[in-house]
Amino acid sequence: MSDEYDNNKSYQAQSSEVMDGSTGSVNPDIDYVRPAEVGEQDLYHGHSFIEKWVFCQDAKVIGVQYFLTAVFTGIVGLILSWLMRLQLGFPELAGFMTAEHYYQFVTMHGMIMVVYFLTALFLGGFGNYLIPLMVGARDMVFPYVNMLSFWMFFVAVAVLMASFFVPGGPTGAGWTLYPPQTILEGTPGSGMGILLMLISLSLFVIGFTMGGLNYMITILQARTRGMTLMRMPLTVWGIFTATVLAMLAFPALLVSAIMMTLDKVLQTSFFMPTILKAGEVLEYGGGSPILFQHLFWFFGHPEVYIVALPAFGIVSDLISVHARKNIFGYRMMVWAIVGIGGLSFFVWAHHMYVSGMNPWFGFFFATTTLIIAVPTAMKVYNWILTLWRGNIRINTVMLWCLGFIVTFVNGGITGIFLGNVSVDVPLSDTYFVIAHFHMVMGIAPLMVIMGAVYHWFPLVAGKMLHEGLGKWHFWITFLGAYSIYFPMHYLGFIGVPRRYFEMYDSPYMTSAVGMNEFISIAAFIVGAAQFILVFNIIKTLKTGKKAEQNPWKANSLEWYTSTVPPEHGNFGERLPVVHRWPYDFSVPGAKDDFIPQTTAPSEVIHTEVEKT
Amino acid sequence: MHAGIIFLLVIIGSVLFHIFTPWYWTDIASNWGGMDDTITLTFWVGGGVFVAVCLFMIYCVFRYSHKEDRRAEYKPEDKKLEKILTWATTLGVAALLAPGLIIWNQYVNVPKNAIEVDVMAWQWGWQYRLPGADGKLGTTQVRNIADNNPFGINPDDPFGRDDIMVESDVINLENNRPVKILLRSVDVLHNWYVPQFRAKMDAVPGTVTFYWFEPNKVGEYEVLCAEYCGVGHYAMRGGVEVQDKADYEVWLSEQETFEQLSARYEKLNVDGNKLAKK
Repeated sequence: MSDEYDNNKSYQAQSSEVMDGSTGSVNPDIDYVRPAEVGEQDLYHGHSFIEKWVFCQDAKVIGVQYFLTAVFTGIVGLILSWLMRLQLGFPELAGFMTAEHYYQFVTMHGMIMVVYFLTALFLGGFGNYLIPLMVGARDMVFPYVNMLSFWMFFVAVAVLMASFFVPGGPTGAGWTLYPPQTILEGTPGSGMGILLMLISLSLFVIGFTMGGLNYMITILQARTRGMTLMRMPLTVWGIFTATVLAMLAFPALLVSAIMMTLDKVLQTSFFMPTILKAGEVLEYGGGSPILFQHLFWFFGHPEVYIVALPAFGIVSDLISVHARKNIFGYRMMVWAIVGIGGLSFFVWAHHMYVSGMNPWFGFFFATTTLIIAVPTAMKVYNWILTLWRGNIRINTVMLWCLGFIVTFVNGGITGIFLGNVSVDVPLSDTYFVIAHFHMVMGIAPLMVIMGAVYHWFPLVAGKMLHEGLGKWHFWITFLGAYSIYFPMHYLGFIGVPRRYFEMYDSPYMTSAVGMNEFISIAAFIVGAAQFILVFNIIKTLKTGKKAEQNPWKANSLEWYTSTVPPEHGNFGERLPVVHRWPYDFSVPGAKDDFIPQTTAPSEVIHTEVEKT
Repeated sequence: MHAGIIFLLVIIGSVLFHIFTPWYWTDIASNWGGMDDTITLTFWVGGGVFVAVCLFMIYCVFRYSHKEDRRAEYKPEDKKLEKILTWATTLGVAALLAPGLIIWNQYVNVPKNAIEVDVMAWQWGWQYRLPGADGKLGTTQVRNIADNNPFGINPDDPFGRDDIMVESDVINLENNRPVKILLRSVDVLHNWYVPQFRAKMDAVPGTVTFYWFEPNKVGEYEVLCAEYCGVGHYAMRGGVEVQDKADYEVWLSEQETFEQLSARYEKLNVDGNKLAKK
């Protein structure tokens, strides 16, 4: 960009810091920040209760709405997992549960947790709340569309939950919805259940597209003065890249949902070959079940990173703040996020090594999959190198981060087993897979969510969550979840297939009865422990200690709002001007061990701060 | 401080669990020992990285926990260290990928002397077909399936006449002879999986998929369906009996061919007609 705007009076910057914006050459003023190129956004402030809290256009309120709705679905998913574990560990106590029920619970648990809980929570929840605050914007660029995005999500959740109450119940096709069984009798919920699922997914994608456009454009277009891309917190980088992935990946889910709906309702044959059922040849022919799998995983694999990248970003910021040290290798971290995001579109068929696709694909997809391990490993190294020679506060937030590192590395390494094509052959479709993906994209992102909740709660609510309760919450969750999923890998080695309602008496499976009981008990405890957080939040809101502004002594803009919690518009009269990255912690020569992003170079002239 | 100790115990516990676990893979009964070896190799390399990363993290927790009077180091980047780590990781990953691809190459190239076995799946059961004296399986179509043609063999296909029908969920295999499993399904996805053989592949309606293995241990094995196929998935079991050549041939000679089966049904029809006339 040239500096041509500088001569235009209507875009003259308001800040007094701009001494001479019109010379485009080297500016003698070290505090110079380019003036804004466009004027400020007009915000619509709600007037009534409904406009302020229900159909609200403030991204922060929308973020909280997304968060609470996602948490509601998460609790439903949690209860379903309890029911599944009851059947697997103590079938004699689960007499009320038929195989139909079990498969419906499995399916709804999976779909809810991946799409309606994790995706909505990270992007809709944290994305909405944090993006405008962290990039120094007053709100998302399209607040009205943003509001519609949440309500579309809300309707999608309502449709999904309605499927529990229709004749035949919700779909029991497995969260991957592989045809032909998905829409054939023989699978529970193959009537109304699957239709509602497909409608709900389509609504989710539509709603998400509205939100996603907002996140991307706000980050690209509405950053405050001085907030260059390479000064953005990694949280924003993670959410941004994940949103781009979602914009490219969700259409594949949408078209496969539409095609499957047509197969179901109009007897088209996109995914349906000639099928013989109960002695009758059905009115299908010529379709390809594997085509669905390609479409599904073209969405499904990036989806893993749609969940993981925001978690990567957030945990980087939490580690840096609480280790009082700059994130190690920021540029490498940014390129790793972008690189992982790009590569994630070239690995989808590693979910399909034994699907019956052309086996020669295996060579290509194993190679791309293992290549992705390199940038991912770099991120792990940089997290632990951020801890190295840091000044680490071992508080609740940091504990969740450490728990994340352990579970993520564990789950990442089992990913190398499954990605390595011939190693996948004996392990695919067994409990090893379940253990792997729960560790890497269930527990690890959950650790980040929890860390983020404890970290940003003082900003959102203005009060500090109780540390002691937080630590109990962490240790029970971490130790419990680890003892659920670590031993579960070994069930997979034995060869126990996933999605088995009952194990029967195969010798290698009966040997695992004790382990199944143990895992179930751990699952009950871990699930129950989450209510410690609910209790903590209620207690804190009632009687908690008031948070000072910026209690963690962080540098990023969300802690420098005019009020805590921030009001609509975020930053009071003037938008902040950014002079540095958010990781100037423990700079030699500086008075405090942190330099906020808004601190001008002339204010820290005698420090050894590096130019960012 | 005790945070570090608990994390340390978790890592030590994980290693001990792996060493002393009573749950590990079943005794292998096929040629795919290479898969087990690659898993073992991945365990050493991956497990080593896991333990190293976690120990380093725990060390940092002990060594650099917060003190008011200390400051963290300020060093945004270390190009050299990042470069070393990138290359070391790339090498490690390549070392794991190479054996994986070599074995996959064996997996997708079926030996010439493999005997073909047609595994036909439906909700929820299995049946099998072997080539007859001509060594070739007849072509099939789902629409041809009927009581007198349980595999849907094309009646015009001369190779199909002598095909051997095994209308049972148990198949016998000859020890030390490679088998090419041809998978078919008439309704939904299935997967014919014997943990002891390590190998598996989905059966996909509308197409024929394959994989191969060489059983090398006489005995009886349980077949599991490893791809979710509806409400009866968990109960969709079958069996394999691996026999020595002599035993196998006795078994084989007792099986019915397509021609014999057709004749039997014709006779039934004729008898039925006679009965109807009376």
